[in-house]
Amino acid sequence: MSDVRYAAKLSGPITTYDEGAEPMGKPGKKLAKLKAKAVKKVKKKKTKKTVTKKTKPKPKKAADKKADEAPESVPGKVEEKNVPRHSTAEEMASRQREISVAEFFTKNRHLLGFDNPRKALLTTIKEGVDNSLDACEEAGILPDVKVIIAPNQEEDRFRVTIEDNGPGILKKQIPKIFAKLLYGSKFHRLKMSRGQQGIGISAAGMYGQLTTGKPISITSKTSHNKPAHYYQLEIDTKRNEPRIIVDETIEWPVERGTKVEIELEAKYQKGRQSVEEYLEQTAIANPHVLLQFVTPEGETKKYKRASNELPVQPKEIKPHPYGVELGVLIKMLHDTNARTLQSFLHSEFSRVSSSVAKAICDKAKLFERARPTRIARQEADNLFKAINQTKIMNPRTDCLSPIGEELILAGLKKQIEADFYTSVTRPPSVYRGNPFQIEAGLAYGGSLSAEGLARVLRYANRVPLLYQQSACAMTKSVLNTAWRNYALSQSAGALPSGPLVIVVHMASVWVPFTSESKEAVAHYPEIIKEVRLALQECGRRLSVFVRRRRKAAESQRKKDYIQQYIPHIAIALREMLELTERQETTLVKQLTDVLERSRS
Amino acid sequence: MSKLATQIKDTAESVCTKIQQKSKPTLAFPLRSLSNVNYHPKQGFFQLKGKKKVRTLTVGTVKTFAQTLRMMSQAKTLVEDDEIMTKREAYYVSKNWDDARFDEQPESDTVIDDIESLFQVNREQLGFIPEEKGGEIAGKLIVIDRDSDTKKKLEIDCTKFGSGAYSIPISVEHLKFETKAKFVLAIETAGMFQRLVKHNYWRKANCILVSMGGVPTRACRRFIRRLSDELKLPVYAFVDCDPYGMFNIYRTLKVGSGNAAHINRYFCVPKATFLGVTPQDIVDYKLPTHPLKDVDIKRAKDALKNDPFVKHYKPWQDSIKQLLEMGVRAEQQAFAVHNLNYVIEHYLPEKLSSPKKFLP
Repeated sequence: MSDVRYAAKLSGPITTYDEGAEPMGKPGKKLAKLKAKAVKKVKKKKTKKTVTKKTKPKPKKAADKKADEAPESVPGKVEEKNVPRHSTAEEMASRQREISVAEFFTKNRHLLGFDNPRKALLTTIKEGVDNSLDACEEAGILPDVKVIIAPNQEEDRFRVTIEDNGPGILKKQIPKIFAKLLYGSKFHRLKMSRGQQGIGISAAGMYGQLTTGKPISITSKTSHNKPAHYYQLEIDTKRNEPRIIVDETIEWPVERGTKVEIELEAKYQKGRQSVEEYLEQTAIANPHVLLQFVTPEGETKKYKRASNELPVQPKEIKPHPYGVELGVLIKMLHDTNARTLQSFLHSEFSRVSSSVAKAICDKAKLFERARPTRIARQEADNLFKAINQTKIMNPRTDCLSPIGEELILAGLKKQIEADFYTSVTRPPSVYRGNPFQIEAGLAYGGSLSAEGLARVLRYANRVPLLYQQSACAMTKSVLNTAWRNYALSQSAGALPSGPLVIVVHMASVWVPFTSESKEAVAHYPEIIKEVRLALQECGRRLSVFVRRRRKAAESQRKKDYIQQYIPHIAIALREMLELTERQETTLVKQLTDVLERSRS
Repeated sequence: MSKLATQIKDTAESVCTKIQQKSKPTLAFPLRSLSNVNYHPKQGFFQLKGKKKVRTLTVGTVKTFAQTLRMMSQAKTLVEDDEIMTKREAYYVSKNWDDARFDEQPESDTVIDDIESLFQVNREQLGFIPEEKGGEIAGKLIVIDRDSDTKKKLEIDCTKFGSGAYSIPISVEHLKFETKAKFVLAIETAGMFQRLVKHNYWRKANCILVSMGGVPTRACRRFIRRLSDELKLPVYAFVDCDPYGMFNIYRTLKVGSGNAAHINRYFCVPKATFLGVTPQDIVDYKLPTHPLKDVDIKRAKDALKNDPFVKHYKPWQDSIKQLLEMGVRAEQQAFAVHNLNYVIEHYLPEKLSSPKKFLP
């Protein structure tokens, strides 16, 4: 059941399929109408039952059917013959059933980034690499990740292997982590990490299983003196539970680490939004990572490590009162161990001291020693309003681990050959009670193409975002920045043009993505503003460089210009005044002196 | 050495001296625009007011400066050798100048115009001749020219070209004239000219017909000017009724242009008057019209504000205002609406019967 609850939280539509259990609002009315009609048509009932039996009683279909029938039950079509078959409440109840989150995402795999074979390949690798990096960093290990895409006999199938030198995974945890959706350590805590939801790698495995029928293989070793575990897992989509195909202990000659292998239907392509691009961008934002990539052609690419410094491990924090929604507040009031309202507020939230808790209680006109469970039933609404009216300090920011200005530079310099680099890390800020921090970097000139628009690299918690550029708040900020002030050209509503790469990174305990596939950041004004401020600072530094360079080029051009044309003045004068060649040479020298002097 | 060659040499000398003194050489050109001319009916043409544009040799001007000096040197050679060169040829000669060469002909034309104004002469005197054709003549005029080989006298009777016409040569200074005509009619379009030639209008009206073909070239203006001066013939302009016909064509014919102000004294016809088509003619003859274009309106307003010639003549100001108020323009061929030869049978005779009603 717990899975469904999370799924419901993630994605509204699920609840509507569940309406039989808890009829709500409009659908309830429709049900009543249908019931009334159904009583008249007892005769037809039998034939219909057979029909429904034939069709697989999938919950979603039931919902579709209801939607189809509803408009037809509009008054006006009274004649019994023409009235299409209707269902009774009982029949409908027989079709109404719980949906497993796995089933839901099987149908809606585009929500997770598996829209097409090309994107599926990228998403699979991305989820694997993200997990590896998170695990390594949390364990304090400098990540060393290897990605292999091996071709299959069939052209549209590949075997993807992601191997890391991380801490490994305990045997009993492996099946759930890799073959159960929405299982993980990262969803419930407020701490900056790449993964957030606990869907990614198991969804990738599910996609592989769905398109090739092959299970996902996991090899993991937690210590050099322990054996490695080897698993082959499938996901039971109906129950969202792992099914173990192979469970062995094997020899694996590594210190420790985890290896994930997935066979899937995919398409391997180079260029934009490719695996290479993802890895390159990952290398930029994660200079402490050593990445190796073996292409289907067997070529090995290495993305070297540019820093031996691990990112500071962010601390986990409690939720900030401003970021809590009413429903969540009620649930927290329900579940707390605290005896009084005041201690509840103080202990469950960050930045709420006893006195602030008291102030909130007073504002809500609630007794600070009241039992939290009682409040949950009756006065949670008042409490919620009071919280938002009370001034509370911003959340602590040690839960964030920005890349840092120096390492952004190192990453950029490692992957992009340019003439000018700069980076800015903004102080932390807050949206909806969630702390976040924006960083930006620029690379300009050098080997970058002067033609066309700037390239924007977007990152959320160090993970490159390759899709949905135009839907992203970061892109919007880039567009809204007046780049012309910084000596670049920019058409209205477009990216600036020139040999420029723009990096934007958002670090947050909870990055507000627009969808589960984590491709674009939602448009919170606080985020847009912070990105803009970071870009403006970078822009100012860039403009100093660009202007200085232009000036130097201009003065060189002038110098060339003088040398080009002065001889002609001397020639003309010699012709008109019948001067000697020596006089002509003297004139050139004198003229050059005169102009050189005036140049500065 | 001719006076002009000496002038060129003196200028070169001054530039050279400045350089030897280690200071920046300069060349002072009269500013060639309407803002630098004034108009006195006594002289009858636009005269330079004396504003000068001083071109100092700097990094920014070094290219044009070099080109100007090289072109000056070219002019000096032409003058000394009594040779000529078309503007196009001058452009090609510059191709020998490496980096100082001209990429397009308008660039070299501008430099030639600069030199011309620098020495206050016309470019033909410097040896540069234009590519353009001078206009056409039909009617009661005998042009006396010389055969360039035999130097024998040639008498050209302009009544004897049938349905064709005599072309005005690029240089007209050596020509002499004989005529019994009463006036010169300068016509804007070749189409109208053809109609009048076809029906031998010159015989009927006892006149000389000139086709200007848009804005008259220098040679055409000079030719008409000499007819006006030496034969004491009145000159009537017959152009479209729009700001282009009135100012770009008629005003240039009569008083010259701002751009060529330094040579206006030779190249305009101060005694020319404006026969039509006037805005009042549009009303009187019920001519079909077109609405004024934005550029027409701009040109008309500009003339009212900046043109010293218009500012001097109240009737012109009134006519422009009338035209702007009507918001329309009419072409000289619009008389065809009544009858193909309406212009010969009615319009021209009627207008010519009262020359005092012409615009100045």
